[in-house]
Amino acid sequence: MAELVLETQGLTMRFGGVVAANNVDFKLRARELRCLIGPNGAGKSTFFKCVTGLQTPTEGEVYMRGVETTHWMPHQIASLGVGIKTQTPNVMDSLSVFENIWLAARRFHEPQEANRKTQEIIERLALGAIARDDLGRLAHGERQRVELGLVAVGDPWLVLLDEPAAGMSAEDVERMTAIIHELNKTAAIIIVEHDMQFIRSIAEVVTVFHQGEVLMEDHVDRVMSDPMVRNVYLGKKA
Amino acid sequence: MQGSLSQDAVKIILVTAVLIWVMPLLIGTYTLTVLIVYGMLGLSLGLIWGFGGILCFGQAAFFGLGAYTYAIAAINLGESTVPMILAVLVPGLFAALLGAMMFYGRLNDVYLGVITLVVTLILFKFINSTAGPQYVIGTARLGGFNGIPGFQTLNVPGDPDAYIWGDSYFYVCAVLLGLVFFLVTALLRSSFGRIAVGIRENETRMSLMGYDVRARKTLLFATGAAIAGLAGALFANWAEIVTPNLFSLGQSAEIIIWCIVGGLGTRLGPVLGAAGLAYLKFLLGQQAVVDNTLITGLILVLFVLFLPKGVVPALADLWKVSFGRRPLGRIHQQRRMRNREHRNG
Ligand SMILES: Nc1ncnc2c1ncn2[C@@H]1O[C@H](COP(=O)(O)OP(=O)(O)OP(=O)(O)O)[C@@H](O)[C@H]1O
Ligand SMILES: [Mg+2]
Repeated sequence: MAELVLETQGLTMRFGGVVAANNVDFKLRARELRCLIGPNGAGKSTFFKCVTGLQTPTEGEVYMRGVETTHWMPHQIASLGVGIKTQTPNVMDSLSVFENIWLAARRFHEPQEANRKTQEIIERLALGAIARDDLGRLAHGERQRVELGLVAVGDPWLVLLDEPAAGMSAEDVERMTAIIHELNKTAAIIIVEHDMQFIRSIAEVVTVFHQGEVLMEDHVDRVMSDPMVRNVYLGKKA
Repeated sequence: MQGSLSQDAVKIILVTAVLIWVMPLLIGTYTLTVLIVYGMLGLSLGLIWGFGGILCFGQAAFFGLGAYTYAIAAINLGESTVPMILAVLVPGLFAALLGAMMFYGRLNDVYLGVITLVVTLILFKFINSTAGPQYVIGTARLGGFNGIPGFQTLNVPGDPDAYIWGDSYFYVCAVLLGLVFFLVTALLRSSFGRIAVGIRENETRMSLMGYDVRARKTLLFATGAAIAGLAGALFANWAEIVTPNLFSLGQSAEIIIWCIVGGLGTRLGPVLGAAGLAYLKFLLGQQAVVDNTLITGLILVLFVLFLPKGVVPALADLWKVSFGRRPLGRIHQQRRMRNREHRNG
């Protein structure tokens, strides 16, 4: 079996009385593509933040490639080769597309090589026409794509994407899907999503969160037809 | 930034040379010297605030620390070269420690403002209370509210009897400002500078890309303090006395106003803002009809209301609109069309 790239043991996050993540045991192997679904407030983003160091879990441990990273800071986790996209757009608005991606590339490469890498990603993501434009002036879908570029340019082996397709047009989603498949050739990926069509088109194994706990983890077809899942999630949503 | 660093160097040398030649025809070199010193002080805050997003309410603390370090070291050593170097290093190290405490402690911006303000106050109070004879460092008495007079002023390195004063001192200060301006330009062009701007724009994103934001902010903060320290030492040489007023909150507030009026996020703005407002203050000081601080306050309010980006960015925009190359080409056309679609759809 492929190497374990991410594992959480008994991961728990409490905010006062709210248990946002409850005793989550989670395993992800190299080059796996996993979707996390669950109703609003199920604890998906909280799980994400605990894994990426944006929040420190109340209990439990996080391991990445066998190294315990529970109390690490985001920059330390990212430096391992983990690409992260948060739920809310997180980019440098007053800087150009090129500058944004260059800054991500520069973390892992010398300036000249960073220039080359940036150019390469810009071509791969078809951002050439807007490369000199400031992020703040771009349409939502373009910004999401640039943010994916920030993630991809670091050649990560683990990619965490919180709602990458939210608010995007069908065309943008299609492009996003292609990029994700490309990334998946070298990286394990976790995607948090609400868009069922998108999930069906992309995922094999799906993990369902509900009230901070893992409700079910199975192949996408079985998850979608499971009455319990339909009840807590699809029943409300669809 | 456009062009290359060597082009910038040529521009800076030319502008410095022209100003050194023209300005003394308009204003006396003694006054010009202090305007240059304030320009450097403005630049120090303009660097960390405008490009690093660190709003420091205590930039005067580093200015004062530089001045006092120079005065104390000059009295003890009887020459000026080592004191000048110390005047850069001591505030730099002090800021590195203070910055590390604040940034590694993950204090937010408001607390950062409060802490830098309080540190300035503490230094001011402390220095003010050192009038007694027990407050000596080596052979230098701190002198409390009277300050420290009578220290060795700038001399030719290696020759303590060859003083640099008057017009020569003006030239030294002008060249130093040009040099610091060039170093700041080089810094901003370097990866370090570009990363600092990234951090100003979005700290979370930069840390999610693997940058240690705390270390970088600490380093930038210390760099700004070192520049302020150099300005402090130059001020001490000009005034030939250092007093606790250098540490005053009023001084810190003025530096912030210089940056706002001149234009944040530019290198030139804070320098021009500082020199311009300091000159205005000098002119106003020669009359007794209107109060000085009132005018400064009024200018600040007017700028915040009508020209919030400051003078230099406003002039740059005006220049672009009137003479700049029109943003040509497909891309912008597309953008316009898409924006229209946005509005309609
Ligand atoms: N910083 C916080 N302080 C207090 N409560 C929080 C905090 N962050 C999240 N929560 C709570 O934790 C629960 C889980 O939230 P989380 O954002 O993880 O859900 P989610 O599954 O990502 O939802 P969505 O699909 O809407 O993004 C919610 O009840 C939320 O209100
Ligand atoms: Mg969420």
